[in-house]
Amino acid sequence: MTYALQTRNLFKRFGGFLATNDVTLNVAEGARHALIGPNGAGKTTLINLLTGFLEPTSGSVILKNEDVTRQPQHRRVKRGLARTFQINRLFADMTALQSVILAVNERRGIAGHWWRPVSAHGEAIDDAASLLSQLGLLEVAHVPTKDLPYGKQRLIEIALALAAQPSVLLLDEPAAGVPTGESRELFETIARLPREVTVLLIEHDMDLVFRFADRISVLVAGALLTEDVPDMIAADPRVREVYLGDAGHG
Amino acid sequence: MTRRDASRWHPAEYAFWALPIVAYFVFPDHLALLAQIAIAALFAVSLDLILGYAGIVSLGHAAFFGIGAYAAGLLAQAGWGDPVLGLACATLAAAVTGFATSFLVLRGADLTRLMVTLGVASMLYVLANKLTDITGGLDGLQGVEMKPIFGQFAFDLYGKTAYVYCTIILFVMFWIARRVVHSPFGLSLQGIRQNAVRMPALGTPVNARLVAVYTLGAAYAGIAGALLTQTTQFVSIDVFSFSRSAEVLLILVLGGIGSLYGGILGAVVFMTVHEYLSGIDPLYWQFWLGLLLIVVVLFARGGIMGTLRLASKVRA
Repeated sequence: MTYALQTRNLFKRFGGFLATNDVTLNVAEGARHALIGPNGAGKTTLINLLTGFLEPTSGSVILKNEDVTRQPQHRRVKRGLARTFQINRLFADMTALQSVILAVNERRGIAGHWWRPVSAHGEAIDDAASLLSQLGLLEVAHVPTKDLPYGKQRLIEIALALAAQPSVLLLDEPAAGVPTGESRELFETIARLPREVTVLLIEHDMDLVFRFADRISVLVAGALLTEDVPDMIAADPRVREVYLGDAGHG
Repeated sequence: MTRRDASRWHPAEYAFWALPIVAYFVFPDHLALLAQIAIAALFAVSLDLILGYAGIVSLGHAAFFGIGAYAAGLLAQAGWGDPVLGLACATLAAAVTGFATSFLVLRGADLTRLMVTLGVASMLYVLANKLTDITGGLDGLQGVEMKPIFGQFAFDLYGKTAYVYCTIILFVMFWIARRVVHSPFGLSLQGIRQNAVRMPALGTPVNARLVAVYTLGAAYAGIAGALLTQTTQFVSIDVFSFSRSAEVLLILVLGGIGSLYGGILGAVVFMTVHEYLSGIDPLYWQFWLGLLLIVVVLFARGGIMGTLRLASKVRA
Protein backbone atom coordinates (compact mmCIF):
# COMPACT_ATOMS: atom_id res chain seq x y z
CA MET A 1 0.00 0.00 0.00
CA THR A 2 1.35 3.42 -0.88
CA TYR A 3 0.43 6.38 1.25
CA ALA A 4 -0.31 9.89 0.07
CA LEU A 5 0.06 11.44 3.48
CA GLN A 6 1.46 10.14 6.76
CA THR A 7 2.38 11.39 10.18
CA ARG A 8 4.79 9.72 12.56
CA ASN A 9 4.44 10.23 16.31
CA LEU A 10 3.18 13.76 15.87
CA PHE A 11 2.94 15.92 18.98
CA LYS A 12 1.74 19.51 19.36
CA ARG A 13 1.86 21.23 22.70
CA PHE A 14 0.39 24.68 23.42
CA GLY A 15 1.88 25.60 26.79
CA GLY A 16 0.53 22.94 29.14
CA PHE A 17 -2.11 21.71 26.69
CA LEU A 18 -1.38 18.70 24.51
CA ALA A 19 -3.44 19.32 21.36
CA THR A 20 -1.93 16.50 19.33
CA ASN A 21 -0.81 13.43 21.23
CA ASP A 22 1.38 10.90 19.42
CA VAL A 23 -0.61 10.76 16.20
CA THR A 24 0.58 8.28 13.60
CA LEU A 25 -1.83 8.55 10.70
CA ASN A 26 -1.66 6.86 7.30
CA VAL A 27 -3.81 8.13 4.47
CA ALA A 28 -3.75 5.80 1.49
CA GLU A 29 -3.39 7.11 -2.03
CA GLY A 30 -6.79 7.78 -3.57
CA ALA A 31 -8.55 7.31 -0.24
CA ARG A 32 -11.69 9.06 0.92
CA HIS A 33 -10.53 9.30 4.49
CA ALA A 34 -12.57 10.99 7.21
CA LEU A 35 -11.30 12.34 10.50
CA ILE A 36 -13.99 12.49 13.17
CA GLY A 37 -14.07 13.19 16.86
CA PRO A 38 -15.85 15.36 19.43
CA ASN A 39 -15.33 19.13 19.60
CA GLY A 40 -11.89 20.04 20.86
CA ALA A 41 -10.40 16.68 19.83
CA GLY A 42 -7.71 18.50 17.85
CA LYS A 43 -8.92 17.81 14.31
CA THR A 44 -8.20 21.28 12.96
CA THR A 45 -4.87 21.37 14.80
CA LEU A 46 -3.93 18.16 13.00
CA ILE A 47 -4.86 19.68 9.63
CA ASN A 48 -2.79 22.74 10.53
CA LEU A 49 0.18 20.51 11.30
CA LEU A 50 -0.24 18.60 8.03
CA THR A 51 -0.29 21.78 5.95
CA GLY A 52 2.50 23.55 7.80
CA PHE A 53 0.21 26.26 9.17
CA LEU A 54 1.55 25.09 12.56
CA GLU A 55 4.88 23.50 13.37
CA PRO A 56 4.76 20.29 15.42
CA THR A 57 6.48 20.07 18.79
CA SER A 58 7.91 16.75 17.62
CA GLY A 59 7.26 14.03 15.08
CA SER A 60 7.11 14.22 11.32
CA VAL A 61 4.79 14.77 8.39
CA ILE A 62 5.40 12.75 5.23
CA LEU A 63 3.85 13.78 1.93
CA LYS A 64 4.17 11.18 -0.82
CA ASN A 65 7.17 9.51 0.84
CA GLU A 66 8.95 12.80 1.42
CA ASP A 67 9.50 14.34 4.83
CA VAL A 68 7.96 17.82 4.66
CA THR A 69 7.94 18.56 8.40
CA ARG A 70 10.23 21.57 8.00
CA GLN A 71 8.78 22.84 4.74
CA PRO A 72 6.72 26.02 4.74
CA GLN A 73 3.08 25.89 3.66
CA HIS A 74 3.57 27.20 0.16
CA ARG A 75 6.15 24.49 -0.67
CA ARG A 76 3.76 21.78 0.44
CA VAL A 77 1.08 23.28 -1.81
CA LYS A 78 3.53 23.11 -4.73
CA ARG A 79 3.96 19.40 -3.89
CA GLY A 80 0.25 18.83 -4.24
CA LEU A 81 -1.20 19.39 -0.76
CA ALA A 82 -4.13 21.81 -0.66
CA ARG A 83 -6.69 22.62 2.00
CA THR A 84 -9.89 24.48 2.75
CA PHE A 85 -10.51 26.35 5.99
CA GLN A 86 -13.27 25.68 8.49
CA ILE A 87 -13.96 29.40 8.65
CA ASN A 88 -13.84 31.07 5.23
CA ARG A 89 -10.56 32.79 4.50
CA LEU A 90 -11.34 34.63 1.31
CA PHE A 91 -10.50 37.84 -0.52
CA ALA A 92 -13.44 40.05 0.37
CA ASP A 93 -12.96 42.73 -2.28
CA MET A 94 -12.07 40.39 -5.14
CA THR A 95 -14.64 38.82 -7.40
CA ALA A 96 -14.98 35.05 -7.48
CA LEU A 97 -13.14 35.01 -10.80
CA GLN A 98 -10.26 37.19 -9.57
CA SER A 99 -9.81 35.02 -6.47
CA VAL A 100 -9.64 31.83 -8.48
CA ILE A 101 -7.34 33.40 -11.10
CA LEU A 102 -5.05 34.35 -8.21
CA ALA A 103 -4.91 30.71 -7.12
CA VAL A 104 -4.55 29.36 -10.66
CA ASN A 105 -1.69 31.81 -11.38
CA GLU A 106 0.14 30.45 -8.38
CA ARG A 107 -0.21 26.85 -9.56
CA ARG A 108 0.86 27.76 -13.10
CA GLY A 109 3.93 29.49 -11.70
CA ILE A 110 3.06 32.85 -13.25
CA ALA A 111 1.92 34.66 -10.10
CA GLY A 112 5.27 36.45 -9.87
CA HIS A 113 5.08 37.79 -13.44
CA TRP A 114 5.10 41.53 -13.15
CA TRP A 115 4.87 43.00 -16.64
CA ARG A 116 2.07 41.56 -18.78
CA PRO A 117 -1.41 42.18 -17.37
CA VAL A 118 -3.44 39.45 -15.69
CA SER A 119 -5.87 39.66 -18.62
CA ALA A 120 -3.11 38.68 -21.06
CA HIS A 121 -2.63 35.30 -19.38
CA GLY A 122 -5.53 33.66 -21.20
CA GLU A 123 -4.93 30.07 -20.18
CA ALA A 124 -5.08 30.90 -16.48
CA ILE A 125 -8.37 32.74 -17.01
CA ASP A 126 -9.79 29.77 -18.93
CA ASP A 127 -8.73 27.43 -16.12
CA ALA A 128 -10.38 29.65 -13.54
CA ALA A 129 -13.58 30.00 -15.56
CA SER A 130 -13.89 26.26 -16.06
CA LEU A 131 -13.40 25.65 -12.35
CA LEU A 132 -16.10 28.22 -11.57
CA SER A 133 -18.49 26.55 -13.97
CA GLN A 134 -17.72 23.15 -12.41
CA LEU A 135 -18.80 24.55 -9.05
CA GLY A 136 -21.78 26.42 -10.44
CA LEU A 137 -20.23 29.79 -9.72
CA LEU A 138 -20.00 31.11 -13.26
CA GLU A 139 -23.06 33.35 -13.02
CA VAL A 140 -21.61 35.11 -9.99
CA ALA A 141 -18.05 35.23 -11.38
CA HIS A 142 -17.98 39.04 -11.36
CA VAL A 143 -19.62 39.62 -8.00
CA PRO A 144 -17.28 40.71 -5.18
CA THR A 145 -16.87 37.88 -2.69
CA LYS A 146 -18.20 39.95 0.22
CA ASP A 147 -21.54 40.42 -1.59
CA LEU A 148 -22.11 36.69 -2.13
CA PRO A 149 -24.33 34.50 0.08
CA TYR A 150 -22.52 32.23 2.53
CA GLY A 151 -23.14 29.06 0.52
CA LYS A 152 -21.47 30.56 -2.54
CA GLN A 153 -18.55 31.82 -0.47
CA ARG A 154 -18.11 28.30 0.82
CA LEU A 155 -17.83 27.10 -2.78
CA ILE A 156 -15.15 29.73 -3.50
CA GLU A 157 -13.28 28.38 -0.49
CA ILE A 158 -13.29 24.97 -2.21
CA ALA A 159 -12.54 26.44 -5.65
CA LEU A 160 -9.40 28.06 -4.25
CA ALA A 161 -8.16 24.70 -3.01
CA LEU A 162 -9.05 22.90 -6.25
CA ALA A 163 -7.29 25.59 -8.29
CA ALA A 164 -4.02 24.17 -7.00
CA GLN A 165 -4.95 20.85 -8.69
CA PRO A 166 -3.94 19.02 -5.53
CA SER A 167 -3.15 15.34 -5.33
CA VAL A 168 -4.04 15.48 -1.63
CA LEU A 169 -6.98 17.62 -0.54
CA LEU A 170 -7.73 18.42 3.09
CA LEU A 171 -11.29 19.57 3.71
CA ASP A 172 -11.93 21.13 7.12
CA GLU A 173 -15.71 20.94 7.60
CA PRO A 174 -16.50 22.07 4.06
CA ALA A 175 -20.25 22.10 4.72
CA ALA A 176 -20.07 24.08 7.97
CA GLY A 177 -22.78 26.72 7.98
CA VAL A 178 -24.17 25.66 4.61
CA PRO A 179 -27.92 24.94 4.43
CA THR A 180 -28.69 21.18 4.16
CA GLY A 181 -29.85 21.25 0.55
CA GLU A 182 -26.73 23.08 -0.57
CA SER A 183 -24.43 20.85 1.47
CA ARG A 184 -25.63 17.77 -0.50
CA GLU A 185 -24.72 19.63 -3.68
CA LEU A 186 -21.38 20.53 -2.24
CA PHE A 187 -20.64 16.92 -1.38
CA GLU A 188 -21.66 15.77 -4.83
CA THR A 189 -19.03 18.15 -6.19
CA ILE A 190 -16.44 16.68 -3.85
CA ALA A 191 -17.54 13.13 -4.70
CA ARG A 192 -17.02 13.89 -8.39
CA LEU A 193 -13.31 14.60 -7.85
CA PRO A 194 -11.10 12.19 -9.80
CA ARG A 195 -10.10 9.09 -7.87
CA GLU A 196 -6.39 10.00 -8.05
CA VAL A 197 -7.08 12.84 -5.66
CA THR A 198 -6.71 11.70 -2.07
CA VAL A 199 -9.22 13.38 0.23
CA LEU A 200 -8.94 13.80 3.99
CA LEU A 201 -12.16 15.17 5.40
CA ILE A 202 -13.19 16.61 8.74
CA GLU A 203 -16.95 16.63 9.10
CA HIS A 204 -19.54 16.70 11.87
CA ASP A 205 -22.48 15.37 9.88
CA MET A 206 -22.18 11.61 10.41
CA ASP A 207 -24.60 10.82 7.57
CA LEU A 208 -22.29 12.56 5.15
CA VAL A 209 -19.20 10.94 6.63
CA PHE A 210 -20.55 7.41 6.41
CA ARG A 211 -21.76 7.88 2.85
CA PHE A 212 -18.60 9.53 1.62
CA ALA A 213 -15.67 7.93 3.43
CA ASP A 214 -14.06 4.55 2.81
CA ARG A 215 -11.85 4.90 5.85
CA ILE A 216 -12.41 6.70 9.16
CA SER A 217 -10.03 7.76 11.91
CA VAL A 218 -11.41 8.78 15.29
CA LEU A 219 -9.55 11.45 17.22
CA VAL A 220 -10.21 11.94 20.94
CA ALA A 221 -8.36 14.42 23.15
CA GLY A 222 -5.58 14.82 20.60
CA ALA A 223 -4.89 11.09 20.23
CA LEU A 224 -6.08 8.55 17.66
CA LEU A 225 -8.64 6.24 19.25
CA THR A 226 -9.05 3.92 16.30
CA GLU A 227 -9.02 3.72 12.53
CA ASP A 228 -11.09 1.41 10.33
CA VAL A 229 -13.66 1.04 7.55
CA PRO A 230 -16.98 2.84 8.24
CA ASP A 231 -18.95 -0.30 9.20
CA MET A 232 -16.46 -1.29 11.87
CA ILE A 233 -16.32 2.27 13.21
CA ALA A 234 -20.10 2.39 13.42
CA ALA A 235 -20.08 -0.86 15.40
CA ASP A 236 -17.22 0.11 17.71
CA PRO A 237 -18.54 0.56 21.27
CA ARG A 238 -15.69 2.95 22.17
CA VAL A 239 -16.69 5.29 19.35
CA ARG A 240 -20.32 5.14 20.41
CA GLU A 241 -19.29 5.97 23.93
CA VAL A 242 -17.28 9.00 22.82
CA TYR A 243 -20.18 10.32 20.80
CA LEU A 244 -22.94 9.41 23.25
CA GLY A 245 -20.94 10.80 26.12
CA ASP A 246 -20.68 14.03 24.15
CA ALA A 247 -24.03 13.78 22.38
CA GLY A 248 -24.81 17.43 22.83
CA HIS A 249 -21.94 18.47 20.57
CA GLY A 250 -21.65 15.45 18.27
CA MET B 1 -16.62 37.63 -19.89
CA THR B 2 -17.59 41.03 -21.26
CA ARG B 3 -16.15 43.27 -18.62
CA ARG B 4 -13.95 46.27 -18.99
CA ASP B 5 -10.37 45.19 -18.58
CA ALA B 6 -8.87 47.44 -15.89
CA SER B 7 -5.40 47.09 -17.37
CA ARG B 8 -6.56 48.97 -20.51
CA TRP B 9 -6.29 52.75 -20.40
CA HIS B 10 -9.55 54.50 -19.64
CA PRO B 11 -10.36 57.66 -21.69
CA ALA B 12 -10.32 59.68 -18.47
CA GLU B 13 -6.70 58.66 -17.97
CA TYR B 14 -5.63 60.12 -21.30
CA ALA B 15 -7.40 63.32 -20.35
CA PHE B 16 -5.67 63.30 -16.96
CA TRP B 17 -2.22 63.08 -18.49
CA ALA B 18 -2.98 65.98 -20.81
CA LEU B 19 -3.27 68.20 -17.73
CA PRO B 20 0.48 68.50 -17.03
CA ILE B 21 0.93 69.76 -20.59
CA VAL B 22 -1.89 72.28 -20.18
CA ALA B 23 -0.44 73.35 -16.82
CA TYR B 24 2.90 74.14 -18.47
CA PHE B 25 1.25 76.79 -20.63
CA VAL B 26 -1.34 78.05 -18.16
CA PHE B 27 1.00 78.50 -15.18
CA PRO B 28 4.36 79.52 -16.67
CA ASP B 29 5.19 81.43 -13.48
CA HIS B 30 4.62 78.44 -11.19
CA LEU B 31 6.77 75.82 -12.87
CA ALA B 32 8.98 75.40 -9.80
CA LEU B 33 5.94 74.58 -7.68
CA LEU B 34 4.61 72.24 -10.38
CA ALA B 35 7.93 70.37 -10.42
CA GLN B 36 7.68 70.00 -6.63
CA ILE B 37 4.17 68.62 -7.08
CA ALA B 38 5.43 66.06 -9.60
CA ILE B 39 8.13 64.96 -7.13
CA ALA B 40 5.64 64.69 -4.26
CA ALA B 41 3.33 62.74 -6.58
CA LEU B 42 6.04 60.23 -7.46
CA PHE B 43 6.90 59.86 -3.79
CA ALA B 44 3.22 59.21 -2.99
CA VAL B 45 3.00 56.65 -5.83
CA SER B 46 6.00 54.87 -4.30
CA LEU B 47 4.23 54.65 -0.94
CA ASP B 48 1.03 53.52 -2.65
CA LEU B 49 2.89 50.52 -4.11
CA ILE B 50 3.75 49.21 -0.67
CA LEU B 51 0.78 50.50 1.35
CA GLY B 52 -2.08 50.62 -1.13
CA TYR B 53 -1.28 47.37 -2.88
CA ALA B 54 0.70 45.23 -0.46
CA GLY B 55 -0.75 46.70 2.75
CA ILE B 56 2.60 47.48 4.41
CA VAL B 57 2.16 50.54 6.62
CA SER B 58 5.17 52.83 6.88
CA LEU B 59 5.98 55.91 8.91
CA GLY B 60 9.52 56.01 7.60
CA HIS B 61 9.25 56.06 3.84
CA ALA B 62 11.45 59.18 3.78
CA ALA B 63 14.38 56.83 4.45
CA PHE B 64 14.46 55.88 0.78
CA PHE B 65 13.61 59.37 -0.45
CA GLY B 66 16.61 60.61 1.53
CA ILE B 67 18.95 57.89 0.30
CA GLY B 68 18.03 58.80 -3.28
CA ALA B 69 18.45 62.50 -2.58
CA TYR B 70 21.91 62.10 -1.02
CA ALA B 71 23.05 59.56 -3.62
CA ALA B 72 22.23 61.95 -6.46
CA GLY B 73 23.70 64.88 -4.53
CA LEU B 74 26.99 63.22 -3.60
CA LEU B 75 27.44 61.94 -7.13
CA ALA B 76 26.92 65.42 -8.60
CA GLN B 77 29.16 66.96 -5.97
CA ALA B 78 31.90 64.54 -6.99
CA GLY B 79 31.63 65.78 -10.55
CA TRP B 80 29.27 63.18 -11.96
CA GLY B 81 26.51 65.68 -12.60
CA ASP B 82 24.72 63.87 -15.38
CA PRO B 83 21.05 63.79 -14.24
CA VAL B 84 20.16 60.45 -15.81
CA LEU B 85 23.23 58.76 -14.35
CA GLY B 86 22.30 60.35 -11.00
CA LEU B 87 18.79 58.94 -11.20
CA ALA B 88 20.10 55.48 -12.00
CA CYS B 89 22.54 55.47 -9.08
CA ALA B 90 19.95 56.92 -6.67
CA THR B 91 17.46 54.24 -7.72
CA LEU B 92 20.00 51.52 -7.12
CA ALA B 93 21.08 52.92 -3.73
CA ALA B 94 17.49 53.22 -2.54
CA ALA B 95 16.60 49.76 -3.86
CA VAL B 96 19.55 48.17 -2.04
CA THR B 97 18.54 49.96 1.19
CA GLY B 98 14.93 48.88 0.67
CA PHE B 99 15.94 45.29 0.07
CA ALA B 100 18.19 45.21 3.14
CA THR B 101 15.52 46.68 5.45
CA SER B 102 12.61 44.76 3.93
CA PHE B 103 13.40 41.78 6.12
CA LEU B 104 12.62 43.91 9.17
CA VAL B 105 9.07 44.66 8.05
CA LEU B 106 8.16 41.07 7.11
CA ARG B 107 7.50 40.04 10.66
CA GLY B 108 4.98 41.60 12.92
CA ALA B 109 1.70 43.42 12.60
CA ASP B 110 0.96 46.98 11.51
CA LEU B 111 2.09 48.56 14.75
CA THR B 112 5.45 46.77 14.62
CA ARG B 113 5.90 47.87 11.03
CA LEU B 114 5.15 51.50 11.94
CA MET B 115 7.81 51.38 14.63
CA VAL B 116 10.40 49.60 12.49
CA THR B 117 10.01 51.91 9.49
CA LEU B 118 10.04 54.94 11.77
CA GLY B 119 13.18 53.60 13.44
CA VAL B 120 15.04 53.02 10.18
CA ALA B 121 14.29 56.56 8.97
CA SER B 122 15.34 58.20 12.23
CA MET B 123 18.58 56.19 12.30
CA LEU B 124 19.39 57.46 8.81
CA TYR B 125 18.55 61.01 9.89
CA VAL B 126 20.98 60.79 12.80
CA LEU B 127 23.59 59.20 10.57
CA ALA B 128 23.29 62.02 8.01
CA ASN B 129 23.59 64.52 10.84
CA LYS B 130 26.66 62.78 12.27
CA LEU B 131 28.59 62.30 9.03
CA THR B 132 29.06 66.04 8.56
CA ASP B 133 32.15 65.58 6.36
CA ILE B 134 30.14 63.74 3.76
CA THR B 135 26.62 65.12 4.09
CA GLY B 136 27.21 68.63 5.38
CA GLY B 137 25.09 67.74 8.40
CA LEU B 138 22.45 70.30 9.33
CA ASP B 139 23.84 72.81 6.82
CA GLY B 140 22.91 70.48 4.00
CA LEU B 141 24.87 69.24 1.05
CA GLN B 142 26.35 72.11 -0.95
CA GLY B 143 28.02 72.25 -4.32
CA VAL B 144 25.58 70.05 -6.17
CA GLU B 145 26.05 71.04 -9.79
CA MET B 146 23.93 69.43 -12.42
CA LYS B 147 24.97 69.04 -16.03
CA PRO B 148 22.44 69.46 -18.85
CA ILE B 149 20.15 66.45 -19.40
CA PHE B 150 21.63 64.31 -22.21
CA GLY B 151 24.18 67.14 -22.56
CA GLN B 152 21.40 69.18 -24.22
CA PHE B 153 18.86 70.58 -21.80
CA ALA B 154 20.35 72.72 -19.05
CA PHE B 155 18.34 73.47 -15.90
CA ASP B 156 17.09 77.06 -16.22
CA LEU B 157 16.10 79.72 -13.71
CA TYR B 158 12.40 79.53 -14.59
CA GLY B 159 12.28 75.83 -13.86
CA LYS B 160 11.10 74.89 -17.36
CA THR B 161 13.60 72.07 -17.80
CA ALA B 162 13.07 70.91 -14.23
CA TYR B 163 9.31 70.75 -14.70
CA VAL B 164 9.42 68.88 -18.00
CA TYR B 165 12.09 66.52 -16.65
CA CYS B 166 10.17 65.71 -13.44
CA THR B 167 6.89 65.27 -15.28
CA ILE B 168 8.36 62.89 -17.84
CA ILE B 169 10.02 60.81 -15.12
CA LEU B 170 6.76 60.80 -13.15
CA PHE B 171 4.84 59.64 -16.20
CA VAL B 172 7.31 56.89 -17.13
CA MET B 173 7.48 55.59 -13.56
CA PHE B 174 3.71 55.78 -13.24
CA TRP B 175 3.31 53.82 -16.47
CA ILE B 176 5.64 51.09 -15.17
CA ALA B 177 3.87 50.99 -11.80
CA ARG B 178 0.53 50.75 -13.57
CA ARG B 179 1.74 47.70 -15.48
CA VAL B 180 3.08 46.11 -12.31
CA VAL B 181 -0.16 46.52 -10.33
CA HIS B 182 -2.24 45.00 -13.13
CA SER B 183 0.09 42.04 -13.56
CA PRO B 184 -0.29 38.67 -11.80
CA PHE B 185 2.32 39.94 -9.32
CA GLY B 186 0.09 42.96 -8.57
CA LEU B 187 -2.92 40.71 -8.09
CA SER B 188 -0.99 38.54 -5.65
CA LEU B 189 -0.05 41.68 -3.67
CA GLN B 190 -3.73 42.53 -3.35
CA GLY B 191 -4.32 38.98 -2.20
CA ILE B 192 -1.69 39.43 0.49
CA ARG B 193 -3.25 42.71 1.62
CA GLN B 194 -6.75 41.25 1.76
CA ASN B 195 -5.88 37.93 3.38
CA ALA B 196 -2.25 37.27 4.19
CA VAL B 197 -3.14 34.08 6.06
CA ARG B 198 -4.78 32.47 3.06
CA MET B 199 -2.02 33.19 0.56
CA PRO B 200 0.50 30.51 1.65
CA ALA B 201 -2.31 27.97 1.32
CA LEU B 202 -2.54 28.92 -2.36
CA GLY B 203 1.18 28.25 -2.74
CA THR B 204 2.28 31.88 -2.50
CA PRO B 205 5.74 32.65 -1.10
CA VAL B 206 4.37 35.69 0.76
CA ASN B 207 7.67 36.95 2.13
CA ALA B 208 9.40 36.89 -1.26
CA ARG B 209 6.56 38.96 -2.74
CA LEU B 210 6.72 41.48 0.10
CA VAL B 211 10.49 41.83 -0.22
CA ALA B 212 10.09 42.45 -3.96
CA VAL B 213 7.44 45.16 -3.59
CA TYR B 214 9.19 46.84 -0.66
CA THR B 215 12.37 47.03 -2.74
CA LEU B 216 10.41 48.42 -5.67
CA GLY B 217 8.68 51.03 -3.50
CA ALA B 218 12.04 52.05 -2.05
CA ALA B 219 13.52 52.43 -5.54
CA TYR B 220 10.62 54.67 -6.56
CA ALA B 221 11.06 56.82 -3.45
CA GLY B 222 14.77 57.08 -4.27
CA ILE B 223 13.97 58.47 -7.71
CA ALA B 224 11.69 61.09 -6.16
CA GLY B 225 14.46 62.07 -3.74
CA ALA B 226 17.00 62.31 -6.56
CA LEU B 227 14.67 64.56 -8.55
CA LEU B 228 14.40 66.91 -5.59
CA THR B 229 18.19 67.12 -5.33
CA GLN B 230 18.68 67.64 -9.04
CA THR B 231 16.02 70.32 -9.44
CA THR B 232 17.02 72.28 -6.33
CA GLN B 233 20.77 71.51 -6.56
CA PHE B 234 20.90 71.12 -2.82
CA VAL B 235 20.21 68.41 -0.23
CA SER B 236 18.72 69.37 3.11
CA ILE B 237 18.86 66.87 5.95
CA ASP B 238 15.09 67.04 6.24
CA VAL B 239 14.84 64.62 3.32
CA PHE B 240 15.09 62.01 6.09
CA SER B 241 12.78 63.83 8.51
CA PHE B 242 9.74 62.35 10.18
CA SER B 243 7.58 65.15 8.81
CA ARG B 244 8.44 64.09 5.27
CA SER B 245 7.39 60.51 6.01
CA ALA B 246 4.19 61.73 7.63
CA GLU B 247 3.47 64.20 4.82
CA VAL B 248 3.64 61.58 2.08
CA LEU B 249 1.26 59.40 4.10
CA LEU B 250 -1.14 62.36 4.43
CA ILE B 251 -0.91 63.04 0.70
CA LEU B 252 -1.70 59.44 -0.11
CA VAL B 253 -4.61 59.17 2.31
CA LEU B 254 -5.96 62.51 1.07
CA GLY B 255 -5.83 61.32 -2.54
CA GLY B 256 -6.93 57.77 -1.82
CA ILE B 257 -4.81 54.65 -1.44
CA GLY B 258 -4.61 51.73 -3.82
CA SER B 259 -5.23 53.42 -7.16
CA LEU B 260 -1.87 55.06 -8.07
CA TYR B 261 -3.83 58.13 -9.23
CA GLY B 262 -4.78 58.90 -5.64
CA GLY B 263 -1.17 59.74 -4.79
CA ILE B 264 -0.90 62.13 -7.73
CA LEU B 265 -4.22 63.86 -7.02
CA GLY B 266 -3.32 64.05 -3.34
CA ALA B 267 -0.01 65.71 -4.18
CA VAL B 268 -1.68 68.26 -6.46
CA VAL B 269 -4.31 69.21 -3.88
CA PHE B 270 -2.01 69.11 -0.84
CA MET B 271 0.79 71.14 -2.41
CA THR B 272 -1.57 73.67 -3.97
CA VAL B 273 -3.56 74.17 -0.78
CA HIS B 274 -0.31 74.35 1.18
CA GLU B 275 1.02 77.05 -1.15
CA TYR B 276 -2.24 78.98 -1.19
CA LEU B 277 -2.90 78.83 2.54
CA SER B 278 0.63 79.71 3.54
CA GLY B 279 0.29 82.72 1.23
CA ILE B 280 -2.94 84.08 2.71
CA ASP B 281 -2.39 83.00 6.30
CA PRO B 282 1.35 82.62 6.95
CA LEU B 283 0.84 82.04 10.67
CA TYR B 284 -2.06 79.62 10.89
CA TRP B 285 -2.08 77.83 7.53
CA GLN B 286 -1.35 74.50 9.17
CA PHE B 287 -4.58 74.83 11.11
CA TRP B 288 -6.61 75.03 7.90
CA LEU B 289 -4.62 72.22 6.29
CA GLY B 290 -5.33 70.04 9.31
CA LEU B 291 -9.01 70.88 9.11
CA LEU B 292 -9.10 69.92 5.43
CA LEU B 293 -7.47 66.57 6.16
CA ILE B 294 -9.92 65.77 8.95
CA VAL B 295 -12.89 66.65 6.76
CA VAL B 296 -11.59 64.48 3.91
CA VAL B 297 -10.82 61.49 6.10
CA LEU B 298 -14.16 61.67 7.93
CA PHE B 299 -16.49 62.53 5.09
CA ALA B 300 -14.84 61.43 1.88
CA ARG B 301 -14.01 57.78 2.39
CA GLY B 302 -11.34 56.61 -0.02
CA GLY B 303 -10.02 60.17 -0.36
CA ILE B 304 -10.32 62.17 -3.55
CA MET B 305 -10.22 59.06 -5.75
CA GLY B 306 -12.91 57.37 -3.68
CA THR B 307 -15.14 60.42 -4.02
CA LEU B 308 -14.54 60.66 -7.77
CA ARG B 309 -15.37 56.95 -8.18
CA LEU B 310 -18.54 57.36 -6.17
CA ALA B 311 -19.55 60.41 -8.22
CA SER B 312 -19.01 58.59 -11.52
CA LYS B 313 -21.07 55.62 -10.26
CA VAL B 314 -23.93 57.84 -9.14
CA ARG B 315 -24.05 59.49 -12.55
CA ALA B 316 -23.92 56.15 -14.37
